[in-house]
Amino acid sequence: MSLWKIAWRSIQQRALASALTALGVGLGVALVVAVLVIHGVIDRSFKRGSQGYDLIVGPKGSSLQLVLNTVFHLSESIGTIPYSYYEELNEGRFSSAVETAVPVCVGHDYKGSMVVATIPDMFDKLTYLNDRRYEFAEGRNFDLAEPFEAVAGSVAARKTGLKVGDTFVPKDAQQDVADPDDHAHQSIKIVGILAHTGTPNDRAIFMNVEGFYRFGCHTAGPTLAAKLMKPKTEPAEEKSQAKDERAEAEHKPGEEADKHGEDAPDRHGDEARDHAAHGHVHGVPYDQRQVSAVLVCTDMSKPQLAMQLGDLVNADSVAQAVAPSKVISQLFEGIVGNVQLMLLILACLVVIVAGVGILVSIYNSMSDRRHEIAVMRALGASRVMVGTIILLESILLSLGGGALGILLGHGLVGVLGPTIAEQTGVLVSPWSFQYNELILIPGLVVLASIVGYLPAAVAYRTDVAKSLTTAQ
Amino acid sequence: MLELYEVKKSFTEPDGGDLPILDIEEFHLDAGEQMALVGRSGCGKSTLLYVVAGISRPDSGKVMVGEWDITLFTEPECDRFRAEQIGYVFQTFNLLPGFSALENVLLGMCFAGGRIDRARARDLLERVGLGHRMTHKPTQLSVGEQQRVAVARALANRPKLLLADEPTANIDSGHQQQVVDMLRERCREENVALIVVTHTPEVARQFDRIDNLEEINRAVVVK
Repeated sequence: MSLWKIAWRSIQQRALASALTALGVGLGVALVVAVLVIHGVIDRSFKRGSQGYDLIVGPKGSSLQLVLNTVFHLSESIGTIPYSYYEELNEGRFSSAVETAVPVCVGHDYKGSMVVATIPDMFDKLTYLNDRRYEFAEGRNFDLAEPFEAVAGSVAARKTGLKVGDTFVPKDAQQDVADPDDHAHQSIKIVGILAHTGTPNDRAIFMNVEGFYRFGCHTAGPTLAAKLMKPKTEPAEEKSQAKDERAEAEHKPGEEADKHGEDAPDRHGDEARDHAAHGHVHGVPYDQRQVSAVLVCTDMSKPQLAMQLGDLVNADSVAQAVAPSKVISQLFEGIVGNVQLMLLILACLVVIVAGVGILVSIYNSMSDRRHEIAVMRALGASRVMVGTIILLESILLSLGGGALGILLGHGLVGVLGPTIAEQTGVLVSPWSFQYNELILIPGLVVLASIVGYLPAAVAYRTDVAKSLTTAQ
Repeated sequence: MLELYEVKKSFTEPDGGDLPILDIEEFHLDAGEQMALVGRSGCGKSTLLYVVAGISRPDSGKVMVGEWDITLFTEPECDRFRAEQIGYVFQTFNLLPGFSALENVLLGMCFAGGRIDRARARDLLERVGLGHRMTHKPTQLSVGEQQRVAVARALANRPKLLLADEPTANIDSGHQQQVVDMLRERCREENVALIVVTHTPEVARQFDRIDNLEEINRAVVVK
């Protein structure tokens, strides 16, 4: 019979008190686990969300707000930059340092889910979480030639109830639409549901930017000559499409293009789609278009140019370039990290209080057990042995409580998971395990040894003869 | 087997003075010998057993168990020696309540640091007539059965000396003889020297040797 078993029997003997003591430890540990798991998953998810592109080019202003709005679909947009800036990144003076540039326009939402207007490259070319490609749980990506197609993130789809084939009208879009009678174009059709990514994109709906402009959003007066758009379609189509559009721009002045964009496609939806499918994209003239931001993947084969890109953009008076990973790191280290630290400290205090509970529980039992200890000593147990038995009892209680706490903690995460996913788009699984949870085990052993020391010392100092005589 | 020479033990009184409890010039017990130790309450019987068992240290004198003077041992050595060489049966049995009868016997082996001999533990319980109650907890046993478990536990490590402190005091007269017989028989089988402290003349009379501590303890004479 080992000392462990003797300690375990002691715990069994005071089953109720031991169970309550272990439960106290368990609740503290459950809090620590929940904080660690939830923070770890959110931390990974937020950092994960920024992956796939290196820079966000947006209007001058708060870089944090630009990142929150563009990456996390939170907060208000800080403004817009001319569409021409996207073209500069895509095919103009900055293009040599850019591998992929994806414009995004925000401003509408549908049932609480942000509607982001972009181009199909968002899901065709950008990746997330170290080169994971976006996949569709249902349907497909939207087609650039179909202005009123959209795809929904997994959480947004669940939250709004949108399914493939459903149509919707973004909030306030109706009053923004260029022609309020144009019912054909007010409805946007969902053609795909994104597979869950665990990133903030799960919470958004992504529509074709061409349709967005048809609502009259993100437009400004004609300040620049109409420029050609170069939609990211099949490479073979690109040249002919650009050629067609160039010809179109040459033959149609701004007003005519505007009228064509607002009226012709709206009144003749099917015809316009056919037209667009042939590369003739209609809508707000390019010189009047604005974008909220441009997501930029720099060309890593030209690292020097890529590194200079941010400085070049920032030197301009129009836009700023922000590295989202840097801003997110600052956000986490400066604010979120501190909140997590505070929560962790609070949770650890709960564990320590529970540890004191072990001390009180065992210490209170010592007066009843003095005789038992004396008997063990009379049978030949050394002082060290009886002290060790008490320490082992403390360790068993804390480890038992710890194991219970880990189960409770993950259970708590499982219970909170759907709410967190609903609110943040981050999928928190009860099976998400954080490596720093492993610290809990030696931590609990140390705590148990500390709190067990006092009763162990009492056991160690027990006067055998006196205790035996008193009992008799 | 057991020899005491000039063993003195006193306690400190509340006023700081010394209260002599034991003052024994000489005491002998041969290997396998069985004796009853009698004397009125307070004459130092239990203290003598504690000194012999190494639970209490004498203020002076020699306590030889076999060839060893246990007063020269360090406390851990004394604990180990007690676990291996001395069996102890208490008046109130002192079985640990959370453990079964078998586990109480194994407990003694555990503290001796040697191999846990489950077969011997089972055999001892069989021999004290508790083969069918090995898994019972002390609260599920009668007082007589509890004392038999205590005897089995005391013999678990094959001691050379067994000290029984009023082993029949808490047992009804019907079962006293049964316990004494069992105790003497098992000690004879294992060639274990036995000292039984008792207040019961019927129990004492069964031993060939009866020592009255009041007669050999000079501290009592002085008082």
